[in-house]
Formats: sequence, C-alpha cells, structure tokens
Amino acid sequence: MNVQAWTFVLVGLSFALYIGIAVWSRARSTKDFYVAGTGVGPLANGMATAADWMSAASFISMAGIVSFLGYDGSVYLMGWTGGYVLLALLLAPYLRKFGAFTVPDFVGDRYYSQTARVVAVICAIAVSFTYVAGQMRGVGVVFSRFLEVPIELGVVIGMGIVFFYAVLGGMKGITYTQVAQYCVLIFAFMVPAIFLSLMMAGTPIPQLGFGGVDPSTGVPLIEKLNGLHTELGFAAYTSGAKSTLDVFAITAALMVGTAGLPHVIIRFYTVPRVRDARLSAGYALVFIAILYTTAPAIAVFARTNLLETVRDAPYAAVPEWFTKWEETGLLTFTDSNADGLIQYVGPDAVDAAGVPITNELTVDRDIMVLANPEISGLPDWVVGLVAAGGLAAALSTAAGLLLVVSSAVSHDLLKRGLRPDISEKGELIAARIAAGVAVVIAGWLGINPPGFVAEVVALAFGLAASSFFPVILLGIFTKRMNREGAIAGMISGIGFTTAYIVWFKFIDPAANTADNWWFGISPEGIGTIGMLINFAVAVTVSRFTPPPPRAVANMVEDIRVPRGAREAHEISA
Amino acid sequence: MLGGMSNSTPNGPRPAAAPDRGAYWRINLRYLAVLLTIWFAVSYGAGILFVEQLNAFTLPGTSFPLGFWFAQQGSIYVFVALIFVYVVLMNRLDRRFEVDEDEGEVGRAASAPDGEAPA
Repeated sequence: MNVQAWTFVLVGLSFALYIGIAVWSRARSTKDFYVAGTGVGPLANGMATAADWMSAASFISMAGIVSFLGYDGSVYLMGWTGGYVLLALLLAPYLRKFGAFTVPDFVGDRYYSQTARVVAVICAIAVSFTYVAGQMRGVGVVFSRFLEVPIELGVVIGMGIVFFYAVLGGMKGITYTQVAQYCVLIFAFMVPAIFLSLMMAGTPIPQLGFGGVDPSTGVPLIEKLNGLHTELGFAAYTSGAKSTLDVFAITAALMVGTAGLPHVIIRFYTVPRVRDARLSAGYALVFIAILYTTAPAIAVFARTNLLETVRDAPYAAVPEWFTKWEETGLLTFTDSNADGLIQYVGPDAVDAAGVPITNELTVDRDIMVLANPEISGLPDWVVGLVAAGGLAAALSTAAGLLLVVSSAVSHDLLKRGLRPDISEKGELIAARIAAGVAVVIAGWLGINPPGFVAEVVALAFGLAASSFFPVILLGIFTKRMNREGAIAGMISGIGFTTAYIVWFKFIDPAANTADNWWFGISPEGIGTIGMLINFAVAVTVSRFTPPPPRAVANMVEDIRVPRGAREAHEISA
Repeated sequence: MLGGMSNSTPNGPRPAAAPDRGAYWRINLRYLAVLLTIWFAVSYGAGILFVEQLNAFTLPGTSFPLGFWFAQQGSIYVFVALIFVYVVLMNRLDRRFEVDEDEGEVGRAASAPDGEAPA
C-alpha cells in the first residue's frame, strides 16, 4: 500500500469510530447536551479536555513554531500548559460547585445582571468562532495534502462528521468522541517522534533524546544545532530574540487566556463532583504534557534534519517530499544567485568575503510536523497516521467550540433571556439547530478563511484573558465584587485589548514593530495588560457602588466548599 | 435564579459551622499562595527572568542548558506535580473540615466509575 492508500484507510477507520460513538451516546436531555449529564469520570474528562484543548495548532503547527523560534517558542509551551494550574487551583472546583451549564451562566448569576450575561455571551461566541475557523482550515489542509482532494471538499467532509456527532450527541457525544480522538492524536504524534528520537539520538524517549548526544559523533544535539544556526547566520537556538518583558507578557496572556477559554472551562462542568474537577484538571495536564514535552524535542530533531538536508544542496537533487510540498506552496525556493544550490540562511549570514548571503528558501512552519515522517524516511503508514491525528486534533477542538456557540444561543440567549418559558424539549431542539447552524458557519469560514486566521488567534486569547478570567476569579475570591465592577471591568479589559490588537494587526500593520509597542509588549502579549486593566477597573468601580445582595454573598460562601455539589443546577426542572 | 445554587444543600444539614468554613478557606488560600509561588518561580522565574543566568549550567546527566530546560520541559513537569499536590492537600482538608463529598447520598450518587457508559 502506498501513502495515499494508508491515509484513506486510517482516516476512514478513525471517522467510522467517531460516528459509531456518536450513535451510541445520543443526548436525551438538555443536561446531556450541555454537560454530558455530569456523569463523566475524571480520567475520561481529562482525556476529553486534552483533545478539546489540543487543536490543529498544537498538533500541526506548534512543534514547527518552536522549531523556527527556538527559545522564544517556550512562550507557547509554558503558556499553553501553565494555564491548567490556574484552572485547577483557582477556577474549576468552584465553577463545578456552582454547577452551571455555560460560562455566561456563571457571569450572569454571580453578577445578578442580564447585561453581564449578554456581554459574556458575545465574548464566548466571538472567541469560539475565531478559533473554529482555524480548525476548519486545518482540516482542509490535511485533506488537500494527504488525500489530494480539494480543500473545499475536505472541509465539507470534516463538517459532516462534526455535524453528526455534535448535533446528535451534544456534550455527551463530543466527550466520548474526544476520548477516542485523544488516543488517535497522541498515538499519531508519538510514533514519528519515537522513530525520530531513535534516529537522531539513539533513545526511544524524545524528552531525553533531545538533551542527549548525536550517537555517531558524540556531540550534544542542542550544541550541534546551535552550531548550525550560528554558521548559517541564525540566532543561537537556545537564545531568544524577543525581549524578556514581551516573553513574560505573552506567556502570561496565554496562560490566563487558557484558563478563561469557555470551551475549556465547560469541560469541568461535566464531572460528578468538585474533587473530580480538580483531579480531572490534573489528568488533562498529564495528557497534554505528553504532547507538549515531546513537541520541543521534535522541534530540535526536525530543525537539525532540515538544515542538514537542504544546506547548500543542489536543487536538482532534492528529495521527493521537497517537490511535493513545493506544489502546495508551503515551501518555496528562488535561486536568486542562480548557482543551482539551496542557500537557506539567517539574517546574519555572510560569505567568506563578508558579503551578506541572500536566503533562497522559505519553509512554512506547518510543514515541520506533517512532513517530518517523509523527511526522515519513515514508513508510509506513519504518514497516514499523522494525517488521521491532525484531523482528530482539529475535529475535537472544533466540536468543543461549536458546543459553546450552540449553548450560548439556546441556553443563555433563549432559555435565560428571550424565552424563559421554553420547554426542555424545545430548548434541546434549539440547541441542535444552533449547533447545526454553527457547523455550517464554521465550514464556510474554513472554505473562505479570513486572511488573518493566525492573527485572530491572538485576539481569542487576549479576549479570554482580559474578559472572563478576572471576572470569574473576582467572583469566587471576593464577596464584595458587584455587578457594576464586573461589567466595567469586562468592557474596559476587552475594549483595550481589542483596540490594541486591531490597531497593530489591521489598521496600521506597518507600525507593528517593537519600537511602537507600548512598553515593548506585542499584540500577542497585550491580553496581560488588558487583564490587569480589567482587575483594576473592576476593583475600583466596585468600591464606589453598592455591594451585591446578601443572596450573592451566600452563594459565594457556598461555592467555596465542595459539599453539596451533586448536580448541575436546573432552573426549570 | 440565584436560589438554584445558593441552597444546593438540601440533602443534609450543613455539618460545618461558619467559623470552621472561615478556617477552611484561610488554609486553602495558604495552599494556593505556596503552590502559585512555585508555579511562578519555575516558569516566569527560571524559564524567563533568570534564563540566561541558569543557561550557564547544564541539567545534570544531560546536555540541556538549565534555563532552556526549565522553559521547554521542567516547568511543565512541575505544573503537573503542582496540580496533583493540590488534589491531595484539598481532599485531606475537605475531610478534616467535613466539607467533602463522600457522605451519604452524595457519595453514592457520584461514585460512577471512570469512562462510565453513557446510558
């Protein structure tokens, strides 16, 4: 069997599995649909959370980003894991005790305000749609590259699968599909990593391999890569180019953003008890850490491999994968000095006479994971497996995000807003219709991706960091925080963050350089400042406005202890 | 609306009196302060602020520059450990203050095993 046949078989099998699970786990009530009936065990929830969280970006792009950024890539590794500590310690147990169905549910009830609820609904929908567009694009890329179908058809197939299990099963279907998707994606990520580690470092454990030595020469791998970088005019791999303050701000924005993302938070509503919420955050981070500690190892292996393969290689003799990826436009080579050799060099490169050398090769970072098995000459089935893994990562995250959108519409806007008298059955139908419409919009965004998908991801994290996190945290840890403070805080935090990002990314992109940034903080890290503004405004405003009603103070007392968290609250039941 | 969660203890009287809950909360906050200090120290401290200084050393037994290792590996391992330490500490504290979920109906209703089949 060739690569394509293997890919068809493995992707087909994984899709059949997801559909089977969807049929087996249909949602029968709104509680099933929103929070899987709060019957998910901590281990299963940990796996589902990991798949929910690890998107096409984690699976396809992250190792590549780290590979190109070196030390600076650490912001993603720490930022996208450290947030789970905040979740487990500061948010998850209390939100589970509160027992809501959605994030706007908590914001609306804790701040006794429909305005606060609506602001939260808008944030939740905005964050989720920006995210989901990127997932659908990932699905399209994998399909077009590995199965050689048009991107549009790939997106439609992906949409069909998500539609089936998200609409039918709601959170319940999504949860058990995500458990399966985690298994597929982690297997697909680890197999090539283990092969690579054996090849490059002589050990099957990538985490040890990348701190090891090249078995043929005895030179430490990291030292070897730093050497290659210096020779070719790149900054040393282990030293960064970003300022310390910016690294600090980006890491914080990603951590806090993680803890404030609605599709992650709602996963902790699905477990039976408060203690399960804490424990499942721990399991989730274990499952995530397996991938996140392997990614920097792959980054080092892949970077070394790439540099050694293309460095001054004759273009006529490039391997087959090189040509294949050139066709996708993700790899481009222009022989500016017409010597027939590939000069892949950094900004500081000079030749023997001290004349700067022009770089002739651009490599899209997404290739690093997808092409790795081919670059390293791994068996065909591994390539097919990576395709199935990439799809699992994209689909699982897309489904989680779509659920947030659908519950924001059917629960927060209809049930808790416009149509409080809607029946259980009516709400379930509304939730299914909303999920269906959301899938179609997501698919449309995937087929017609806004040219700025990568940029909006920064916005999604910035928004989550500067809106939800401070408001939820203050809602749990202070009894004095009131409606006025929370609304003022959310609006000023989001307003500042959006304005800063929109300015540098869309209105005046030419000015997007460190010289023009406030305090040297990039748009990726500005969510940290937005969060601080939110905290400061909320606390100040609440001091000059009336304290919350007694019932709210009692509720805060109550969510601080685990006992009594048997069920998610059901207003109508 | 608010009643939905503020009186969510219909299945039994509250055994812990108000002052106990205050003490419970203060101990919880102390745990949080210690654990989050470690969280900050390994990531923002060792991985970012002092990364250059630490890179002068290598992690014993490997060729990792120490600061780089904290930024790309070590901090993540510590994050995992912190959550499990918190789980153990809080389960113990919940039992000590009798605010855990293992009594009576609550415990039984919630004792579904991992990966329980969605009926």
